[in-house]
Amino acid sequence: MKAIGPVRKKIPKLPDVKKRAIKLSENVIKKTQKANRFFLAVGEINLFFWYTIKASFSRDFEFREFLRQCYLVGNKTLPLITITGVVIGLVLTIQARPVLAEFGAVSMLPGMVALSIIREMGPVVTALICAGKIGSGMGAELGSMKVTEQIDAMEVSSTNPIRFLVVPRVMAATLMIPILVLYADALGILGSWAGANIKGEVNFVLFISQAFSAVGFMDLFPAVIKTFFFGAAIGFIGCYKGFTAGRGTESVGKAANESVVVASLLVILIDLVAVQITDMLL
Amino acid sequence: MKSENKIASLAGSATLSPEQVIEIHNLKIGFGDLPVLKDFSVQLFEKENLVILGKSGSGKSVLIKCIVRLLNPDSGTINVLGENVNKLNDRDLAKLRMKIGFLFQSGALYDSMTIKENLEFPLKRIKKNLSQKEMDEKIEDTLENVGLSDTLHKMPSELSGGMRKRASLARTIVVDPMIMLYDEPTTGLDPVTSDEISSLINDVQKKYDTSSIIITHDIECARATADRMIMLKDGEVYLEGSLDEFEKSPDELIQSFFKPKKM
Repeated sequence: MKAIGPVRKKIPKLPDVKKRAIKLSENVIKKTQKANRFFLAVGEINLFFWYTIKASFSRDFEFREFLRQCYLVGNKTLPLITITGVVIGLVLTIQARPVLAEFGAVSMLPGMVALSIIREMGPVVTALICAGKIGSGMGAELGSMKVTEQIDAMEVSSTNPIRFLVVPRVMAATLMIPILVLYADALGILGSWAGANIKGEVNFVLFISQAFSAVGFMDLFPAVIKTFFFGAAIGFIGCYKGFTAGRGTESVGKAANESVVVASLLVILIDLVAVQITDMLL
Repeated sequence: MKSENKIASLAGSATLSPEQVIEIHNLKIGFGDLPVLKDFSVQLFEKENLVILGKSGSGKSVLIKCIVRLLNPDSGTINVLGENVNKLNDRDLAKLRMKIGFLFQSGALYDSMTIKENLEFPLKRIKKNLSQKEMDEKIEDTLENVGLSDTLHKMPSELSGGMRKRASLARTIVVDPMIMLYDEPTTGLDPVTSDEISSLINDVQKKYDTSSIIITHDIECARATADRMIMLKDGEVYLEGSLDEFEKSPDELIQSFFKPKKM
């Protein structure tokens, strides 16, 4: 038989309370440290962005380094962009043709392919390739310079490393990626014509005129404008990740890898915003 | 021994009062919870070679990085050529850095540039009034001084470790610095090349009248170059004195540096 009496709650012993309090405070400290690190990283990236903007308007612009970077950005990615551009056009045409044929709308093929290449496929695919090729290159190069103290050496010899290393790279990426996108667009349409020729002879001039009759200024303009932002984001993230790499050699690989991941993600996010803005304007 | 009168004056026994080029007071710096330098104070005098000895992790490299403000100390003051380094704005700091040469442990040559371009890089930015011809002459002259006159158009990757160190030294001295900071100049080099680098440090001091801080744990380099020595331990000055005082010290830690290692 159970004894009848007031229900007593189990009160933890004093050492238990102490242990729990210690554990709780440790958890709070851990969480605070995590939040601290996050805000520090946000502050750091903002500061880096501000220094880059400030250095971009300095009088001693490194023009030769800028030209060298433009050449490197263009030269590094040109073969890849050439192949990708042609293949995009070719594949789009081959896949779209049977669907359009079902509706008796094959004549709309050049316009449809041109629109999708100019508006979306060309800019995004080119930017993603550049994020892989240029972003990782910049991250690895600057990361390696950081590890081997070359950036410190530059700073000690009274040269602003952001002005010499970051500004020309970001500007080169911002200028060259739109050019590469236009090049990829052109090759994409050419690839599309090649694809259309597989099932029968199509007149080149007719194909091109049909393609461009479907494309208006408001298709081309926003698509080109967003590529400047893609370029700036790829250049900036590549440089930032390289510049803030750790001191060990493994941090070079980490910087290159993170550059690609973050830059690719940013390209997609910028594209999302750009599409929304374009939709609102049209 | 080198500069006997200078050392005597440091001991306070002479009337000479050489000018201080670097004065560090109560320098404190740490990373996270780990203190690296604790209340460190030191002076560097004109045309003096000050060797700072210490085990790895004792804060030697951190000290010279604080002098050129590659690292910001937690507290304390660093005066270089009469300027408080931590209170300088970016422009004045850049001006001050033009007077300081820093030889990095790794050499830190720009690996995308030839040796000539490496030397041209600081020269173009610091000695802006030089013509291209004057610049070329200065580069050739400096490379000849370090025994590398035939490497003008070579890339750093084509040079050996010792040659890279010399090229890096050439890049540092090409702008005629007043102060030289050497971060482990002989690390990773064979004894013969180490001796060559040590004698180059002395040649640089004589030819360019520089004051130098040499961070090392290579005792032969210290013997060859030191006017005065400081032993760092756990971020504090463990012993300060002349080479002779160090060699005669009965202290176990000091002797562990000076006595030949038993096999």
